[in-house]
Parts: sequence; structure tokens; C-alpha cells
Amino acid sequence: MNILELNKVVKTYENHVAVDGVSFAVPEGSIFGLLGPNGAGKTSLIRIITTITRADSGTVLLGGETLNGNHPSQIGYMPEERGLYKKMKVGDHLIYLARLKGLSKKVANQEINYWFEKFGIEDWWNKKVEELSKGMQQKIQFISTVVHKPSLLILDEPFSGLDPINTNLIKDEIYELNQKGTSIIFSTHRMEQVEEVCEEIVLINKGKNILGGLVKDVKNRFKENLFQVKFEGELPADMESRFKIASKSDRDLTIQIGEGEDSNEILQYLVRNNLHIISFEEILPTLNEIFIKQVNGVTAE
Amino acid sequence: MDKLWLIVKREYLTRVKKWTFILATLATPLAVAGFIAVSALLANQSEEQRIALKDDSGIFVEKTIKDSDRAKFIMSNEPLDSLIANYEKMNFDGVLHVPDFRERLEKDKELAVNYYSDGQLGVVTKMFIESRMAKRIKSHKIDKSGYDKKIIENFETEVTIDEKAASGEDTGVGNRAEIATGFGMMMGFFMYMAIFIYGMMVMRSVMEEKTNRIVEVMISSVKPFQLMMGKLIGVGGVGLTQLLIWIILIPGVVFITGLLFPIDPATMSGSGMPGGGQEMNPEEMESLIYQMGETLGALNWWFILPLFIIFFMGGYFVYSSLFAAIGSTISDDMGESQSLTMPISMLVVLAVLIMSAVVQNPNSSLATWSSMVPFFSPVVMPARLAFDPPLWEVILSVLILIVSSVFFVWLSARIYRVGILMYGKKVTFKELAKWMFYKG
Repeated sequence: MNILELNKVVKTYENHVAVDGVSFAVPEGSIFGLLGPNGAGKTSLIRIITTITRADSGTVLLGGETLNGNHPSQIGYMPEERGLYKKMKVGDHLIYLARLKGLSKKVANQEINYWFEKFGIEDWWNKKVEELSKGMQQKIQFISTVVHKPSLLILDEPFSGLDPINTNLIKDEIYELNQKGTSIIFSTHRMEQVEEVCEEIVLINKGKNILGGLVKDVKNRFKENLFQVKFEGELPADMESRFKIASKSDRDLTIQIGEGEDSNEILQYLVRNNLHIISFEEILPTLNEIFIKQVNGVTAE
Repeated sequence: MDKLWLIVKREYLTRVKKWTFILATLATPLAVAGFIAVSALLANQSEEQRIALKDDSGIFVEKTIKDSDRAKFIMSNEPLDSLIANYEKMNFDGVLHVPDFRERLEKDKELAVNYYSDGQLGVVTKMFIESRMAKRIKSHKIDKSGYDKKIIENFETEVTIDEKAASGEDTGVGNRAEIATGFGMMMGFFMYMAIFIYGMMVMRSVMEEKTNRIVEVMISSVKPFQLMMGKLIGVGGVGLTQLLIWIILIPGVVFITGLLFPIDPATMSGSGMPGGGQEMNPEEMESLIYQMGETLGALNWWFILPLFIIFFMGGYFVYSSLFAAIGSTISDDMGESQSLTMPISMLVVLAVLIMSAVVQNPNSSLATWSSMVPFFSPVVMPARLAFDPPLWEVILSVLILIVSSVFFVWLSARIYRVGILMYGKKVTFKELAKWMFYKG
């Protein structure tokens, strides 16, 4: 079951196509990475999903239904550029945003108190937003995004501007929400975060999705059959004639094997030649490498 | 609808609770009261001057100059020299010396008397003494001529122009037109100020939300139209609250200060038009004040006040929706807003110019057609209300204004929803026009 399904979504602004036939699906309960360089159309896509704008064509299904007026209350959206009313009191502000999401005053109060206790910030209620530090404001922003228990949480660069402690705090909260069944779309261009957090991704560039799928599948698709061996001792003399060596040093060696070849052959050969092997592993490309390769490949065309 | 209400409530309450709002709302009636009190005090402040009168002509001996609050005349027979030298010791403020001009009385149109003092006489007191002396001399001449005083006084006739409409309707008598003009100008200027103040308030608030980036969070929960409309209604409510408080407080405050600091018509007559040459006697002044009260009282307030509020709201929605649209297109600096708000500001200023021409000539064709233009009618029509404009014009003007405010709110919303999400780009009017036709 997919919480969100996009099918050939197109959005054109005056003289450029921001989203050009993007299709992907976000499985329910997953943490999904929406990746792409700046200006790829991520924000345009998110604005369509959050019903801020409408797609020119294509369909967007949320929980199996075409987007409609009831959906905003099921979505929690934290935009990349954050903002709050500076003069408002923290508690009043959160109640206001929660009520705009359809919560009653009483429920909003309960939920906010829950989060305040969780973050240990009970005494912030009567502070004005402008009295808080930037990191503190981010926490408030996060609470405002999740206070109405959305079934789909969309976070646009959620860790930008956060110190490592707050990053971990928010990351833990994201995991916890995910455990409880919230589906999460994580939009970023920081690949190391994606690899750490997401199970599945879609990569957008110039308004088109250029690849997508489970992170491990994507990595496998782009692997170059490289194997790294760490060893001690002398390499066999005819090593270089037997295998294609990508790189080597005194202690390690990277070998590329051809299609259909078995990596075990390398091991067997080395063992036969009495080389002391410390480790042997396949080198998978990082998402960062794939990302750069793909984006540059498209740009070069 | 629920969400709109939440937004309206926030926009309204955050402003009404501000101390600046409370201060401005209460300070204005107080300022009006203060102004009335101060001018009453100034007008009544007649530090009585004791003036020694040395009359060589004898005209004032038989019948001296009438005293007033300003000046008290004490006839003195001391020699002039010693009077001038010792007037202070004798507890006088100055010495008024009337030379013996009996011979010149017949031929000279202008006579001079001398006033000796180291202090200032003051313009008002001076005019007062001059007019009193002239009157006294006149009556002296009449007595001397042997004519019956009553006959001479019968020669004097005052003429006032009594304007009557050709259609037979009553346009007012005497000073009524002037009073209505003043009142109309006040109404018009008030609308002008209100449009600017509240329009700017809306614009600044829209810009703040955009530069704060709260707007994207907001419109992921509500429609841009709801956000804009909520703001318009909320701020409009603030304006209406202020207006209603003023409508209640100002007349009350004026009435109470009027009781506490009564303006003496006699002193008003002197201070009212100093140096104007044309002097008003106390009776005339009194009748003007009375007329003012009567004219304002005779206005159909049950007709004017609701209409005033309707035009206030109509003008507010037309202009502040445009200000909201402009505010949404501005991304960062205030400087940018100048060039975009300029055309709108020009319209408001033009409305005031038309209004000032219209109150001079309330039945002109300019008055009629400008009342049909929604950019002008909120300023022009309230100014005309005191002149009993034809009912059909009022109704048509209101209808046009209501339809236009709906139209401009719709139009502005089309620009607004695009503008609030657009950053880092200077916008031209051509682009604005295109935004109106963007699909959702």
C-alpha cells in the first residue's frame, strides 16, 4: 500500500517546466528520500503534494484518493525556509497552527503539552518566539509540523541550521514517528543523510525523475563490480595479468571484474598464492557518487 | 470557514491588544478634547488690562468706553506727563490718550489716539478698543447732528445671500453651506487617512509574513485566499472598532469639554478673526455657533453614519486588497514597495483633490461621476453626505462600490497567491497582469 502516488505530474511556470512528468510512489510507513540538486523541482513537487499549488496534469493520490481539501490536515510540512510569527507567544502560536490543521483547542493543548514535556521546554509557553534562539525556534517549528499527527510528514532539509545535538534529537523523533507508522518524505541534497535515514529514494533533476527505488537496489544498479582486498605480504607476480587492477598500494588493492565473473575467483587465486588476506569487500558507489554522476550526465546532454 | 475565522481572530486580536492601538484609539478623542480646552482657555484668557484714559476731547468724559473682560478703563485727570511717568505705580497697564480732535471730527475719516506703555497691548485687545471707540465716536456724531438715533440705525441693513435650489429643494440657509463644506472635508480627509493607514497596515503585514517565511507554513494548512481574506477582515475589524469608539467618544468628549471650558462668544468675536478686518460682533458669533450646532444637529445622522461606515468598509476593501496584492509581490526591501504602491497612492491623493473640489460644488457633474468611480467614491461620497445628495446617486454609488470591492478582492487574491511564493525577483506590472491568469 502506498501512502502517496504520483503519476506523470507536470507543472509549468510561465516559461519553464518545473516538474516534467514525474512519477513515483511512497510506500506507507517508509522513510522516503526526495533528492535532487538545487532548482531540480523538489520544492515545486512538494508544493503540489501539500496542495499549495496544483499540478497542470497528472495525478497525485494520497492514501488512494485524489488530493482534496481534507488532505492538508493529514500532511505535516516543514519547509526549508522556516518561519514563525515573531511577536506571538510560543504556546499561542502552536495552538494557532494546530487549530488551522483542524485540531480542537483542547486536543491542541494536550498535544503541545506532550511535546513540551518531551523536549523539556514547559517554561517556553509564554515566551515570545523572537526571544528564542534559532535552534529553539527550529524545535518549535518541528512541533508545529507534527502536532496534528499527520500520516505523511514532509521535511524539506530538516537538519539545515541545526547543531549536531539538535540534529540527533530531531532525527530520533523522526525515527520514533516512523516507528509509530508515520510515512516520511525527506527532501534534501545531503546524500550522507539520505543513506543513513532513507530506505527508498527518487532522484529528480530538471523536473524529471532520473532514477528511483530502494537505496540498496540503486546502489547495486550502479556498482562497477569493484572489490577491495586488504592484505599483508607480497602480491603474486602474475596478478596484473590475471585481473584488472583499478588501484593498488602496499596494503590494499582494488580489482574490477567483468560481467559474469565471480568475485570468489579472486579470493581463491589469492589464497592459492598464500597471500594473507585481512579483508575482502565489494565497493558499492555512494549515493553521492551516483547523484553527481547522474546529474552531471543529464546536464552534459 | 472555521479556518478563516481563526485567522480573522488572530489578525484582529494581536492588533487590538497592542498598546499602540489602545493608545491611538484613546489618545485621539483626548487630543480633540485637549484642543478644544486649550483653544477655549486661550480665547477666554483675558488678563484684564487696567488702562488709564486721559481724554482731552471730552467725548469719552460724558460717556466712557464700555469695559470688557479684556480692558477696564479708568478716567484720569492727572496731567498726561505724570500719568505716563507714573502709570505703573498707579497700578495701570498703560495710558490711553485721546487728543482733542473735536475740530477734525467732521472732516477726517481716520483719527489716531495714543497708547503709552512699556507692555504690549495685544492684537485682540487693540482691535477691541478700536472698535469700541469707533462706535462711541459714531454715536457722539449722531447725537451732535441732532438726527434721531433710531432713524440712523434704520439706515443700516445687513444683507445675506440665501441660496435656494432651482428645483425648490432646500439647500440651506446662511452659513449652513459653509458648515456642511467644513464637515464634508473632515469626513473626506478622515476616509483618506483611514485608507492609507489601514491599507499600509495590511501591506506591511503581508510583507512580514512573506519575508518571515511563515506564509509557506500557513498555506500548507489554509488556502491563500483564506489567509488574505482573514487578514483583510481582521484588520478591517480593527479599523471599524477604532471608528466606532471614536464615533461614540468624540462627540461625548466634545460635549463634556464644551461644558467644562465654555467659549465666551464675546471673546470669540474678537479672537475669532484677528486682523481679518471684518469684525464679527458677539451676537453674530453666537448665532454662527448656534447655527453650526443646529446644522450638524439637523443632519440625518441615521442616514449619514451607516453610509459612512459602508463607504469606510468599501473603500477599505478596494484599497487594502490592492495593498495586499502589492505587499505579496515584494520580497525583501521596502524600497521596492515604493514604486509599486505609487499608482495606488496617486489614486487616493486624486480622490482627495476631487473631494475638495466637490465640497465647493456639491451638485456638479464632477461630484456625480466621481461618486460612481470606486477609487474615488469612498472619499468623495462621505464628503457629500452633508449636502443631501440625490438618493439614487448614493444607492448607485454604494452598489458600484460593493461590486468593485468584491472584484478587487478577487483580483488581488489572484496576484497574492502567486506573489507570496515568489522570491528574489523584482516584479513588473506586466507580470502582475499575467499572474492573474495563472492556473491554481
